[in-house]
Amino acid sequence: MKLKKILPQFLTLLFIVLIFGFFTMNAQENMDTRGIEFGFGFLKQEASFDIQFSLIDYDGSKSYARAYLVGLLNTLLVSAIGIILCTILGVVIGVARLSPNYLINRTASVYIEFFRNIPLLLQIFFWYFAALRALPMPEDASLLLGTSYMTIKGLYTPAPIWNNFDVFLISLIISLILIFFFNRYAKRKQEEAGIQYPKFLISLGIFLIIPALTFIFGGVDLQWSFPELKQLAKTSFTYEGGVGIPPELIALTLALTLYTATFIAENVRAGIQGIGKGQKEAAASIGLTPGQVLKLVIMPQALRIIIPPTTNQYLNLTKNSSLAAAIAYPDLVLVFAGTAMMQTGRAIEIVAITMATYLTISLSISLFMNWYNKSIAIKEK
Amino acid sequence: MFKYLKQLTSLVAMVAVLFTFTTETMAAKKSKTLKNTQKKGFVRCGVSQGLPGFSNADAAGNWTGVDVDVCRAVAAAVLGDASKVKYTPLSAKERFTALTSGEIDILSRNTTWTLSRDADIGLTFVGVNFYDGQGFMVRKSSGITSTSQFKNGISACTNIGTTTELNMRDFFNSKGISYTPVAFEKADEVVAAYDAGRCDTYTTDKSGLAAQRTKMSNPDEHIVLPETISKEPLGPVVRQGDSVWEDIVRWSLNTMIEAEEYGITSGNADMMKTSDNPAIKRLVGAEGEMGAAFGLDNDWNYRIITQVGNYGESYKRNIADTGILPDRGPNELWTKGGILYVPPSR
Repeated sequence: MKLKKILPQFLTLLFIVLIFGFFTMNAQENMDTRGIEFGFGFLKQEASFDIQFSLIDYDGSKSYARAYLVGLLNTLLVSAIGIILCTILGVVIGVARLSPNYLINRTASVYIEFFRNIPLLLQIFFWYFAALRALPMPEDASLLLGTSYMTIKGLYTPAPIWNNFDVFLISLIISLILIFFFNRYAKRKQEEAGIQYPKFLISLGIFLIIPALTFIFGGVDLQWSFPELKQLAKTSFTYEGGVGIPPELIALTLALTLYTATFIAENVRAGIQGIGKGQKEAAASIGLTPGQVLKLVIMPQALRIIIPPTTNQYLNLTKNSSLAAAIAYPDLVLVFAGTAMMQTGRAIEIVAITMATYLTISLSISLFMNWYNKSIAIKEK
Repeated sequence: MFKYLKQLTSLVAMVAVLFTFTTETMAAKKSKTLKNTQKKGFVRCGVSQGLPGFSNADAAGNWTGVDVDVCRAVAAAVLGDASKVKYTPLSAKERFTALTSGEIDILSRNTTWTLSRDADIGLTFVGVNFYDGQGFMVRKSSGITSTSQFKNGISACTNIGTTTELNMRDFFNSKGISYTPVAFEKADEVVAAYDAGRCDTYTTDKSGLAAQRTKMSNPDEHIVLPETISKEPLGPVVRQGDSVWEDIVRWSLNTMIEAEEYGITSGNADMMKTSDNPAIKRLVGAEGEMGAAFGLDNDWNYRIITQVGNYGESYKRNIADTGILPDRGPNELWTKGGILYVPPSR
């Protein structure tokens, strides 16, 4: 009996191992006959190419490993911004789609049907080249909000120059920890004694006041460096000083956000519609205000429907960010699986590293979202 | 007893090694790539995704260009028909992988011959069919006429996966100019972005600049600066490890160049068969056994010249007459002040 159970599993495992072994040997043999070596030593070599946009200190004299890190951070940056923006937009559109106001819900529907049915790569090209055509040259740009310039070469905003930035950072962390403990305390008080604190206001207060104090007592100082127009040639200008956000990042973020938000909006709508009407009516009948009904009764239940498919959308957005290569945003694929691969010729190693990286990012997002999903699931008491 | 046994085995092993060595060299005569190509009936050639003058497809899907002509020459030599080529358009990023993985047998795609490429990644460069160098294109209205007028903060559009990115860094570093590289995967996007005004300058090989300029919305608004910042010898590449195939490709190219040197054209090749000059006769298959060493017949080079033409004809047809680079510059024969010089066919 036991053997009958184990044998198929054992055979399957053997089969997988053999297949894997076959492909490894096959690759090994072919690489040998073609004189290709395998190894990761190249990561320490000097990259000798520059990258347009980097969050960390980088130039061509650094190693390939450092170039990898630059690409990875750029991927994470566009993914993180995209996830935050598409969540906000998705929730707004999703709720708007259920609005009793005809104009609002029609607009939301048209938006969703339009953006989710056009291939993402086309949308990226559209936003990029449309933006490039529409944006002014640096010398023609007008002032935005009194401080920034939106030009064909990017968005130039003032750059913060910090003094004692680490003190400020520590104060931020301390305030977050305090908020966490305060919320735990407030929750316990409510469960034990029914006392309700204005949790949000107090949290916000902590978050604002403690870091603000460091400006007075901690020697923290913040100044701004403003972008200034600089002439390169007779008709060629750029901005100096400040932070330059490349138009590639803006176009990519815009395309990813608008595209993914449509799917999230549909998830939100499904989640809210998935809650029985009786829930709302019952909540109203015990005297809750409409706001409280949404916050305390509808949303906690709707979230359970919304979160799992939304996790998929977050994963999609992160993976789709690799389309960046088409419009010169230096993400992991463009920098590492593009330039670095070409310069070193280490196709197998680099593709393997890139795949492992995307897998890790995706699994981390999944793990976090699963944890969050569990934390809001019905807890049977 | 055991002592002798040990000696005996080592002797057997040595004989075995020798034997495999000799069979290896015998087998090498029959190149695996050559055999496969003859079996398939076409030459598998990797080309660019569209670079006028070098490898470019027209609306009907017919490929033309000097890079394309190298593949056609090999097809004429090996298969007897220059049209028996299957073209695979490749991005700069894909090209070497396509070659090393065996998807194509010749890479003839404006590829720069460098030490690291030749030595590192399973490739062998067989020669140079175009001597190029990296340059810069700017808008005429900017008033820039020389790279010495470049200033800090300049942005430069280019392709990824090429030597261009490295040369650009070397150039700007040596001049102490800070710059923003904007690197795209495909040339079409580079042109579109530069044309729209995203960058102050567009940098790639000068032949590429000249060719891409023809694609701009208004070619007359742009100029290529006179400075050349790098050496870019472009040439066909084959996989490492098949020396016979390597020789076939090398000598197909050499034949085209040498034919021009001796004044043999697609038009007069027949007449040249009865020439008094043995060097000319060898080039049209009328003397010597010039194909036997590759396992080809004697008319292989004659077919190249009659079906594809000599290098000068190819250059004129693809690059000069199309207005890309009318002046041959270094790509002129050594006898006429250029640097095209190939070993003799004998």
